[in-house]
Amino acid sequence: MKRVYANEKWCLGCRLCEYNCAFANSGEVNMVKALKGKPIFPRIHVDGDESINFAVSCRHCKDPLCVKSCISGALSIKDGVICIDHNKCVGCLTCILVCPYGAVSEGKNGVVQKCELCLENSCGEPACVKGCPNNAIVYEER
Amino acid sequence: MKQYVIIGNGIAAAGCIEGIRSTDKDSKIIVVSEEKYPVYCRPLISYYLEGKTDLVKMNYRSSDYYEKMDCEVIYGHKAVKINKDSKEIILDDEKVIAYDAVCVASGSSPFVPPFAGLDTVEKKFSFMTIDDTLALEAAIDKNSKVLIIGAGLIGLKCAEGLKERVAEITVCDLANRVLSSILDDECAAMMQKNLEENGISFMLGDSAERFEKNTALMNSGKTVEFDVLVLAVGVRANTSLVKDAGGDVNRGIIINDKMETTIPNVYSAGDCTEGNDISLGANRVLAILPNAYMQGKCAGINMAGGDSIFDNAIPMNSIGFFGLHAMTAGSYFKENEGGEMYEEKGAGTLKRLFTRDGLLTGYILIGNTARAGIYTSLIRERTPLSSINFDLLKKDTTFAAFSRESRINKFGGAV
Repeated sequence: MKRVYANEKWCLGCRLCEYNCAFANSGEVNMVKALKGKPIFPRIHVDGDESINFAVSCRHCKDPLCVKSCISGALSIKDGVICIDHNKCVGCLTCILVCPYGAVSEGKNGVVQKCELCLENSCGEPACVKGCPNNAIVYEER
Repeated sequence: MKQYVIIGNGIAAAGCIEGIRSTDKDSKIIVVSEEKYPVYCRPLISYYLEGKTDLVKMNYRSSDYYEKMDCEVIYGHKAVKINKDSKEIILDDEKVIAYDAVCVASGSSPFVPPFAGLDTVEKKFSFMTIDDTLALEAAIDKNSKVLIIGAGLIGLKCAEGLKERVAEITVCDLANRVLSSILDDECAAMMQKNLEENGISFMLGDSAERFEKNTALMNSGKTVEFDVLVLAVGVRANTSLVKDAGGDVNRGIIINDKMETTIPNVYSAGDCTEGNDISLGANRVLAILPNAYMQGKCAGINMAGGDSIFDNAIPMNSIGFFGLHAMTAGSYFKENEGGEMYEEKGAGTLKRLFTRDGLLTGYILIGNTARAGIYTSLIRERTPLSSINFDLLKKDTTFAAFSRESRINKFGGAV
């Protein structure tokens, strides 16, 4: 299955992936309208220190702790992609408690958000990868 | 073809069904469900009262789940006996069901201390099941005064769920702090303050000595007038089936890393069990949903002839009230037990990390809980702190604290 992989050698730490992610999942058609002057909710997170940067998002684990721990049945695996039903999520944050990658976060309206590879939004493929200026994130089979 | 029986129909049972079906697609599975509902998300009953979910959304799995999993569910009956010699289960209607392997996922039951005069209280409820919740909901109105006995996870989530629907809520507990099973004094005080600011009243270090209809006479000599009483003192693992069949039982049904009880072909999973807590290095009842699922799945795989081990259970909880979240995991060893604590306090936030013998053994996070799973994973994986930059990681949950090599392992391929 294709997943998003970061290559820390190339990552500039510019955080464009965070903006592209938040925009793709905002439901807005205009980036300024979606992001300017607002709290943004990216599902990818640029981690690192002074010397190194890398983007972290859901690994779509084969045996995901978040799905097994979800108290509301909101997390499930569909064709290998770990999906969240925002309608069922109650925002208990148990998935954040257990995700070893720190890849699940609190989103808008008290529910949790995570990378679904842009398969559920209008982008259709990971917006973070598409917008990365340096090929520091790729979407591929490994 | 084999025949598998699952006693109970909660999250551990769902894990067991999914474990069996990952290994054996054809054999028969019979689920004995005392409650008359398909598997539902038990911890959501307080969210139901709060209006954050409804009875349909509370279903843990889709409406065609048992059909898809090819399971027969017997609703409204309970198993009363395991006959280990003939490998049969006896139900309360005397029906006999043969098994090749059985999983006891019987959960826990509310513990109600023998309060004097409790029988004079008209509106009293436990808070464990959908039926409890619907009965409680039918008994309250916006003028109700509610007394909740027990300031643990169940009692306090009940208080939060009821808050906007009743006039007054008082919570009492014999312990001198809230959430005493997962928080230390200072952390508990922080959560209590938030609950109080949101209109919940407390009487701690105090409990009802006796009841006279709508009055609780407290140990302290105080009295509390109430319309509705919720009993959330604690729960007890339902162990009798295995105990009566001669299996080892302590506070829960004793299981090993394969979820086997001491009786051949009898497995157990979920809140009824007692297994190894690796953060403590001792057995403990770990009645939390994630463990129930993981134990159930492990049991199911093994029942069906597969090979599964679940050997890194720890206590862990994510619990929020009125927007303030706390996450806790593992064990908190004190200085005289060889433990050390790292602490950070901020405005509305608190972090305590507990280490011992070069390992993270537990933590408490309040307010800022982002990426807490990175800490949880250090406890579950027993990661030697010498292999990472823990000085950096304790301040910030960053993977910069890990070696480049371990980052490549974590993020470079499918996991």
